[in-house]
Amino acid sequence: MSQLTQEAITGSAARGSGYRAWRRVTPYFGVLPFLTLATLFLLWPTISVMTGAFQDSKGHFTFTSVHDVWTSSTHLAIFKNTLLLSGETALIGAILGALLSYAVATGKPDGILRRIWVSATGVLAQFGGVMLAFGFVATFGFNGFITTFVKSFAPHSFFANPSWLYGITGLAFVYCFFQIPLMFIVFLPAIDNLRPNWREASDSLGGSTWEYWRRVGIPVLTPSFLGSSLLLFANAFSAYATAASLISQGSIITPLEISGSLSSETGLANAATAKALSFGMVAVVVVVMALYTLLRRKVSKWEKS
Amino acid sequence: MKRSLGQRIWRWSILLVVTSYLALPIVAMLDFSTKVGRSKRGLYAWKAIFSQPELVGGIVTSLELAAIVIALLLFLVVPTVVWVHLKLPRLRRPLELICLLPLAIPGIVLVVGVSKIYMWLSIHWTESPLTLSAVYAMLILPYTYRSLSAALFAVDVHTLAEAARTLGASTSRTLFQIVIPTIKAGVMSALVISIALVLGEYTISSLLNYKTFQVEINLIGQNDGTIAVAVSLASLIFVLLLLLLMPTAKRHGKALLDVDAE
Repeated sequence: MSQLTQEAITGSAARGSGYRAWRRVTPYFGVLPFLTLATLFLLWPTISVMTGAFQDSKGHFTFTSVHDVWTSSTHLAIFKNTLLLSGETALIGAILGALLSYAVATGKPDGILRRIWVSATGVLAQFGGVMLAFGFVATFGFNGFITTFVKSFAPHSFFANPSWLYGITGLAFVYCFFQIPLMFIVFLPAIDNLRPNWREASDSLGGSTWEYWRRVGIPVLTPSFLGSSLLLFANAFSAYATAASLISQGSIITPLEISGSLSSETGLANAATAKALSFGMVAVVVVVMALYTLLRRKVSKWEKS
Repeated sequence: MKRSLGQRIWRWSILLVVTSYLALPIVAMLDFSTKVGRSKRGLYAWKAIFSQPELVGGIVTSLELAAIVIALLLFLVVPTVVWVHLKLPRLRRPLELICLLPLAIPGIVLVVGVSKIYMWLSIHWTESPLTLSAVYAMLILPYTYRSLSAALFAVDVHTLAEAARTLGASTSRTLFQIVIPTIKAGVMSALVISIALVLGEYTISSLLNYKTFQVEINLIGQNDGTIAVAVSLASLIFVLLLLLLMPTAKRHGKALLDVDAE
């Protein structure tokens, strides 16, 4: 009897194996439309840039364009500028954004102040590009709000001559506008996770405010702070629209250089340059994001408990 | 909690400094856009917004793009994420990687990659700027994926889907009428972020020579700064209103663009 059943089961399994394999495969068809779109407009373009950096015009493997770009002093100087700009604005944005999130987090948890900040930063962090450039032209440009104001009583001061706005200093100043809100967004959850009972414990053991921060607050927040700063760095490093709209002459950062070599008259000849520069940019962002992921893991230990 | 005077002063000075830095350009834009000539004030620039045919064209194009991107989001991205979550757990990790890839690829680099496809499209098929919706649908993936997967993990969709199936619902009904409505908050926030992103996109459209909203603002800005500033301020206010429409549960304390939501 038991042997019979056994046989019946294996028999039906053998007959149904083709059907079952089919059943196992069909769910995968569900992802095909999405996968097709992602392959065409995301995966393939990414791969083509990465491999294109190492190909000559006929598609043969070569180091020429990468070597040419990364040994040229102009390209390197501009790349360094871009790294510095991203680093500076990430640092300033991170410090001010962290202070801001602390100031907001110490307010009432359901207060109007907090709600306004959470909504407003969501918009302001997105408020990049062309519109932001015009905002700062309206403030510090030739007929700007501050410029006209300063001109009338201090015609020789820094803000009276708006040419600084259209260079690297101006870019740094403008970038902070979206860096601070972004820092607020990513850092506020970390501040919220500083438990009040840690402070109480420190106080009841006789610790001062300074000791609390030095021994508890700062060590707990450091991974979060560094991780958020890396995110800010990648954000500034990838930004293009603001600079493109503000600076019409000259390529002072790598994204502008890439667009320059894409749209110049000799477009095709420079495609290799664009790809080699792009390769450098992606390499930096990938390293930054990898470090960011590592730091996030360290963070989660505190935030999950 | 009682706070010391020092802490209070310190806290308010931080808020004051940052607020004034962030509010300054916005106040300046209001001032700049209401200037007429040297010393007069007027709403000339604000009234001129809709008498600019190119600008209106750009706005229409960007709104159409936003509509298509939303359709792609609702009928392609959301079902795929839900499907993988329910049926193909093995693909979860690869899907997440694909969805987060746009964060590692700067927009300008993506342009270098897709320019060939768009060249091909404009020669062999259409020059319509609406084709941009495909690449925009990729740009929104990191933000949509995070809010969707957070919403999916918050409710027990497996049990829900199983119950629906047991009661005789078809697969598409389970997906579109049972599972997706339960993660509505996640879908809504993905939707709002997508609209904001599409309306603000400049890098890709300008370099591929398509006339979207931002490209037109930039063009107008070369001739008439006042109108460009007025439009910029108007669209900022529009996006702010849009974000205020977000489901409150999501807004409350949690950040909109939180790409790190657990």
